[in-house]
Amino acid sequence: MVTEAEREARGASAAGERRQRDLTAWAGSVPDPELPVITLAELGVLRGVRETAPGGPVEVEITPTYTGCPAIETMATDIERVLRENGVPEVTVRTVLAPPWTTDDITPEGRRKLAASGIAPPRGGSAPGSGPVALALAIRCPNCGSTETTLISRFSSTACKALRRCEACREPFDHFKEL
Amino acid sequence: MTRSEARPPGEGAQLAQLDSPLLPLADDALVLSHRLGEWAGHAPVLEEELALANIALDLLGQARTLYSELGDEDELAFLREERAFRNCQLVEQPNGDFAHTMIRQLYFSAYQELLFTQLAERGHPLAAKAVKETEYHRDHAEHWTLRLGDGTPESHARAQQAADALWRYTGELFQPLQGPEPVGAVDWDALRESWTERITRTLEAATLVVPAAPQHGAWTAGAGRQGLHTESFGRMLAEMQHLHRSHPGASW
Repeated sequence: MVTEAEREARGASAAGERRQRDLTAWAGSVPDPELPVITLAELGVLRGVRETAPGGPVEVEITPTYTGCPAIETMATDIERVLRENGVPEVTVRTVLAPPWTTDDITPEGRRKLAASGIAPPRGGSAPGSGPVALALAIRCPNCGSTETTLISRFSSTACKALRRCEACREPFDHFKEL
Repeated sequence: MTRSEARPPGEGAQLAQLDSPLLPLADDALVLSHRLGEWAGHAPVLEEELALANIALDLLGQARTLYSELGDEDELAFLREERAFRNCQLVEQPNGDFAHTMIRQLYFSAYQELLFTQLAERGHPLAAKAVKETEYHRDHAEHWTLRLGDGTPESHARAQQAADALWRYTGELFQPLQGPEPVGAVDWDALRESWTERITRTLEAATLVVPAAPQHGAWTAGAGRQGLHTESFGRMLAEMQHLHRSHPGASW
C-alpha cells in the first residue's frame, strides 16, 4: 500500500527530475560561440546544472576546450541569458578544469554536424599524453571525402583546429585536432 | 583580463601569495605569451602568425588560471615591478629572428611539458589540462627546428646561432622551486635529464650542434627566479603594463 506521503515524495522527485532535464537541455542548447553549428552539450563542455532550491538559483559548470579559450566568457553569458529567459531567477556559471576536456567528449551528433559544416571532426581514442597523434590515421576531407589530405599548419583559425589541404579536391579545410 | 574592479594599486597584491612556487610558472607563461604576441603582424607566413598567436593564447590562459589561484590576476600582471617577477630569463629574451623565437620555443616548451607532466601526475588541475597543449607547442617547435637546422645554409646558421645564444638561459629552468606540493615535490634532476635527452635528440636530428658552453651566465647572484632580469625585460614590461597603469580600473 502506498501512503499519501510516499506518493507526494514520488511526485516531487519526478517533478525534480523533469526540472533537471529541462534546465540541462536549456543550458546545453546554447550554440558554441566560435563553432555555432554545434551546441555546448554536443561539444561536451557542459559539466553540470544544479538547482539549489526548487524554482531557485541555478549553478552551472562548464569546462574550457583549451586553457586560453576566449569563448568561455561568452558561453557563460549565453547560458545565463537562456536560463533567465526560461524563468530562472539567478544563474551562476563556474569554470572547472578537472577532469580535463578531451575531444572524445564531443558527441557523435556533434561530430556529424562538424563534418557537415566543413570541419573534419577529431579522430577518436584520445588518451592521456596523446596530444599530437603520432599515428598517421587518415583524416577525411569534409568536402569530397578523400583521405588524401596533408597538414598545412598545426594551428588554425582557433587553437582547437589545425589547417589541412585535400590533395584530391585541393580545398583547404579545418580539422578539429585531437586533445 | 576584464573583470578587475578599481582598487588602489598594491592593496590586493599584498594579499596575493607572492611566495607561492606557482608564481614563477604563471610569470613564465605570461611573459612568453607577450613575447609571442609581438609577432602579430610580423610573422613570416600567415600560418605562423596564427600558430604563434594560438600558442600565446594557451600561455595566457595558463597565466590567468594560475594568477587567479594566487590573487587578483590584473594586479599580479600589471601592477608588479620588474624585480617582483619570477619568470626565468629565457622567456623574456627578445624575439630576434624567427629561428631565435623557434629555438626559444623548443627550449621552453620541452621544459614546460616535462614540468606539467610531473605536476599533472601529482593532481594539479591546470597542469593536467595544459600538458596536452604544451605537447602541441613542443611538436610545433621541434618541426621548425628540424626544418631550419636541416634547411638552407642560411637557416642552419641562424638556428645554430640561436641555439648557442639562448643556451646560457637554460640552466635556470632546473633550479628547484621551493614551496608546498605539487611544485615542491617535483623531481628536478629527472626533469633536467629528460630535457637534455630530448633537446639533444632534436638538435642532432636537425644537424645542429648541442652547445657545450655553460648553461648560465657569469652573474652568480641568481637570475629570473630571484627577480633579476635582463635589460630588455624592463622595456617589455613597460609596454605590457602601460595601458592598465594609465587607465586604472578600465575595462573593455
